[in-house]
Amino acid sequence: MGQKKLTTILATDCGSTTTKSILIEYSEEAGRYRLARRGEAPTTVEAPAEDVTKGVLNAVGEIEDLEGRSFLKPDESGVNVRDGSGDGVDLYVSTSSAGGGLQMTVAGVVKSMTGESAQRAALGAGAIVMDIVASNDRRLPHEKVEDIRRLRPDMILLSGGIDGGTIDHVVELAEIVKAADPKPRFGVGFKLPVIFAGNKDAAGAVRDELGSTMELKIVDNLRPVLERENLGPARDLIHELFMEHVMAQAPGYAKLMEWTGRYEDGKWTNVPIMPTPGAVGKLIERVARLEDIHVMGVDIGGATTDVFSVFDDNEEPVFNRTVSANLGMSYSISNVLASAGMENVMRWVPFHVDEADLRNRIRNKMIRPTTIPQELEELIIEQAIAREALRLSLVQHKDLATGLKGVAQERTIGDAFEQSQTGATLVNMMDLDLLIGSGGVLSHAPRRSQTALMLIDSFLPEGNTMLAVDSIFMMPHLGVLSEVHPEAAVEVFNNDCLIKLGPCLAPAGAFKKVAHLATVSLTMPDGKVFEEKILPGKMKLIKLGVGEKAEAVITPSKGLDMGNGPGEIWQGTLEGGIVGIILDGRGRRPFVLPEKDKERVELLQEWSQTLDTYPERFLTMGGVK
Amino acid sequence: MAFAYTPGLRVADVADISKTRRLPLKGEVVVELGAEIKADTVVARTELPGNVKMFNIANMLGVPPSDIPELLLKKEGEPIKADEPIAQSKGLFGKYFKNTIKSPIKGFFESFNEITGQAVLREPPIPVEIDGYVNGKVTEVLEGEGVVVETHCTFVQGIFGIGGEVRGEIKMVCSSPTEEITEDKITPDCKGKVIIGGNYISHAVLKKAVSAGVNAVVVGGFDDSDLKDLLGFDLGVAITGHEKLGLTLILTEGFGKMTMAAGTFELLAAREGMYASVNGATQIRAGVMRPEIVIPLSAEIKSATTSSKQAGAMDIGSSVRCIRAPFFGKIGLVAALPPELNVVDSEAKVRVLEVEFSDGKKFTVPRANVELIEK
Repeated sequence: MGQKKLTTILATDCGSTTTKSILIEYSEEAGRYRLARRGEAPTTVEAPAEDVTKGVLNAVGEIEDLEGRSFLKPDESGVNVRDGSGDGVDLYVSTSSAGGGLQMTVAGVVKSMTGESAQRAALGAGAIVMDIVASNDRRLPHEKVEDIRRLRPDMILLSGGIDGGTIDHVVELAEIVKAADPKPRFGVGFKLPVIFAGNKDAAGAVRDELGSTMELKIVDNLRPVLERENLGPARDLIHELFMEHVMAQAPGYAKLMEWTGRYEDGKWTNVPIMPTPGAVGKLIERVARLEDIHVMGVDIGGATTDVFSVFDDNEEPVFNRTVSANLGMSYSISNVLASAGMENVMRWVPFHVDEADLRNRIRNKMIRPTTIPQELEELIIEQAIAREALRLSLVQHKDLATGLKGVAQERTIGDAFEQSQTGATLVNMMDLDLLIGSGGVLSHAPRRSQTALMLIDSFLPEGNTMLAVDSIFMMPHLGVLSEVHPEAAVEVFNNDCLIKLGPCLAPAGAFKKVAHLATVSLTMPDGKVFEEKILPGKMKLIKLGVGEKAEAVITPSKGLDMGNGPGEIWQGTLEGGIVGIILDGRGRRPFVLPEKDKERVELLQEWSQTLDTYPERFLTMGGVK
Repeated sequence: MAFAYTPGLRVADVADISKTRRLPLKGEVVVELGAEIKADTVVARTELPGNVKMFNIANMLGVPPSDIPELLLKKEGEPIKADEPIAQSKGLFGKYFKNTIKSPIKGFFESFNEITGQAVLREPPIPVEIDGYVNGKVTEVLEGEGVVVETHCTFVQGIFGIGGEVRGEIKMVCSSPTEEITEDKITPDCKGKVIIGGNYISHAVLKKAVSAGVNAVVVGGFDDSDLKDLLGFDLGVAITGHEKLGLTLILTEGFGKMTMAAGTFELLAAREGMYASVNGATQIRAGVMRPEIVIPLSAEIKSATTSSKQAGAMDIGSSVRCIRAPFFGKIGLVAALPPELNVVDSEAKVRVLEVEFSDGKKFTVPRANVELIEK
């Protein structure tokens, strides 16, 4: 166990709004790695600092203040990674989503086939996909050229054609890229990186088109046959080029890239900075694999919201990640309002608020994105907006996390142009075992019950779903750490990072006039047995603490489903959480809030009181209409 | 580590700032190093590649792509006129029923691909020129790309703007930072000026300013619902600067009725009658760009108050402005920077500072909710 030599590990995540640092130490007493401290500071990619390392120094400086020890070099010229003993840390790793993240355009022959595969490859690597160019996307060639030029992506992923399939269409796409001649966002004179991951027989012709004007790299086809995706090589190359071509150009990153690493046998080894979503995705995938469960994770940031899922496709677990590029809680907060509509945001506010005032408040958050709600009223409004950002992100995720399209049909790729059938989404809320929330608004909610209710309201889990939260927002840190020290990452994840909130029990299915949606019979850890009804339109909280277990028999009413089919009994063990067991009788498929303002506000207040989400004084806020 | 970095807008009575004026593509720099330039002096020019027209000649003539080269009437790179034939089929017996493809555009025959049968025609290049934007001196020539212009100026950053680069003389239209720009304040002599107001302007008054020929409005606040009406859509992501509204609008404080910071108002008032370069372009994303007002000064004017403090560093005694409720807009001095987390009204545990307002009262505020005031 040579890796135990690393006793002190520092990790940072440079988010678009905040830079978060964590200190992990090996505890002899506990016999494991544990989270020791956490610090944070505003990200400093922008003026006046325009240097990401300032925010890193400050976030680490907070840990120094709290810990009373030194982790920075004496002249604050970087993180002090030691070679042996003395001050400093043994390993420093970092993730980043600052600098606008990685912005890509992808291209494929058929939009719903190689186009989508390319999109999944880019998203899985942590990119924001700005546009999908496809032979059949109904734009004229010159329109595609204009769009590529206008969007100025950091990188282009060009795919298309199964191996041995079409060459013409692939070369046509290369021609379009060549004609557009897009220039990188950072650095005049740099060649734009283009990855070709399409029909291997077209590689030569693509090289002829793009080899001299672009930084062209060729990897294995990401869709070698219709029935299979091979996203790994393209994803790995995206990571590599992201570091070389994009991050190195952002303010201060060249310096930060030199800081991350450790000494191995006296020799410095650099650990590459990973895009934040890529790191979180790796961790979610690992959890699903280790526990053999269906998992969803959502990371709601300042600029973007990422949704990750592992569901089965033909009994094989499939990982999917989507990024909603302009749904976030600071930089993108106004876009949540624009996308969801004011009435959808207002429907979650449990008091009356003037629309014009609300608009100005949201806009002021957008122009000063690093501010946080000091007052309870502002917190409640931000959490209402978060529900809509989360809900919209899930809608987008469901659209992309689908089975492969164009499979199981004996057709040529040319025929597939006419194919309008779409693959079904893999996301099945009834099959979901674990829903993990991460990101400032979820991780730092003052009460964990607020996090639970935000997750339930936006994702509407069905049947029995364990809710969890990234305790202090450290999944990105642990994701990158898992690449170099999986043991430390897993130990801290299980013990310090993942906080189980409790199971949500929500019968799904249409119901009209029923006395109750389900009967829940529980045998509690102390042997006490009791029964609760899940009542229509009501919520109920049953305390069952972290680590405690209760045996449950749930009998849904006719037509309602708890996971075993309509009306079928569900029996099993429920694990507790910091909030407890949440009985949700508000209905699924559909879940509807009353249209009348007064009724809606009363219900929101009732549910909030049931889960004890806010201090009582929220009942007197704003005044009910 | 008794300091923290915090974002802040710059409001400097005297500053030396550099503006990089860069072409979107490589081109030609037309001024020399050390040249004194005016804001409207052209400093570099280039030609953007023209728009592309792609069409499949092989399909149009109904012959295989490999047979096309001998049917082409134009070589790659050759200029073409609109409606000029660019390819022609051999026809029957080489004589009859010839099918001719004519160019839909004026420009160049860029390329033909023998695999796809596709021809690429390109329209003539689009000339682009960039000017100096501010009066100043060329301190660096970026070969083929542009120049760096340095100017000795008063420099004020706003929080949000719309509209691009404009210029004009500074004119105060309000007598105090708490006063609203009302319709009667938009007089004919505002034409071509950069007008400075107090706490608010409504959409109706802004429209009057447009029709009066005002070049720019600098004001404390504006309503978001008015912004939606003005733009015609709900602005999602704050990336602005390309709007064609007839003027540039800069907000110094934010949305709603907001008193302009006294320091900003007084400074702009002191520069009344001077010539300013104004840019409303805002990008509230990484690599943030804030709107700005640049007022070039003569070299002999020196700063009375310019601080030498490190940009963005906040410590005890720093002057800060609260930028979120409940103290929005209030200015005070940092009295303490406790390292531990504190619980605020929302019940959140956050990093805070203690701020002392001018009445001597001290309050705890999240560190994230203040911005530094650079004097």
